[in-house]
Amino acid sequence: MSEPGVPADPDEPGYTDPDVGVPDIAEEIMAGFRRTPRGVSARFTSAQAGIVRNLVGQVAELVGGPEAASAPPAGPGAAGEGADPVFPDDLASMLDAGGPTGAPEDPVLARLLPDAYGDDDPEAAGDFRRYTEQGLRDGKVAAARTVLATLPDEGGRIRLSAGDAEAWLRALNDVRLALGVLLGITEDYERELANVTGTDPRSAYLQVYDWLTFLQETLVRSLR
Amino acid sequence: MSVAPAEVEVERPEAGQDAVPDTPWVTIVWNDPVNLMSYVTYVFQKVFGYPKARAQKLMLDVHHKGKAVVSSGNREAMERDAEVLHGYGLWATVSHDR
Repeated sequence: MSEPGVPADPDEPGYTDPDVGVPDIAEEIMAGFRRTPRGVSARFTSAQAGIVRNLVGQVAELVGGPEAASAPPAGPGAAGEGADPVFPDDLASMLDAGGPTGAPEDPVLARLLPDAYGDDDPEAAGDFRRYTEQGLRDGKVAAARTVLATLPDEGGRIRLSAGDAEAWLRALNDVRLALGVLLGITEDYERELANVTGTDPRSAYLQVYDWLTFLQETLVRSLR
Repeated sequence: MSVAPAEVEVERPEAGQDAVPDTPWVTIVWNDPVNLMSYVTYVFQKVFGYPKARAQKLMLDVHHKGKAVVSSGNREAMERDAEVLHGYGLWATVSHDR
């Protein structure tokens, strides 16, 4: 697990005012989310909004297909409803259910849609996946679509309801998980970030990852 | 998985019921370098309704020991927990607590 270097909780030791010393993107200061009487709120520049929308949209496409970032969300419980995971040995139900049973080969997808059983029980992992994977994909796409619907292209100040904030948390986390796989993030990434040079192709993405980490941290804290 | 001898009549429990509550299944959350400590604590509170102190202790167990049992019960319930945790991006697995 990771913990950002700048605690944003006034109750915790080492607290620094959020406006001071936060990561910046394109030389813009970003204060992250904070709680307001009308929901959690944050201000985005158009560049920042573009980054979030782009990455969230990419994850939605990866998880839900090319239409996921624009098409209406699938109905609730579209898959797996009525499925009974208690008897994984029931051949008939295995033949009836249409979901995939193998973990995705794409390492990012494999992290976003993980196996629920260890390597010693691929059969149970396959059954679980068959019944749950589509629902999991739908949930991730829905969270991404909430972000796209609440963050204008041009940025600005946004305010989120509790439900939308929860969707933001999940969607930001999915983007960070995806970047984590692509960048080979370790718990030591902040040291790596400090040592990376501007010519390193990963440099820009590491900075984006770091900023998204900060953004998610401020969002979690503003919800507690 | 074990198979009952053919000559023995076995009554299978109805779907949704676990007939052997004394051999519980567990949901395990594994450490990973991306999920935030604050977020994992939040998820444990939200999903399981655990008080903050318990959620935080479980989070620290995951962080320091590499994994922690976050819930136990029948297999169906544990699969449901894992499914919800996957929705939050946590790395969760189900196993039989033998």
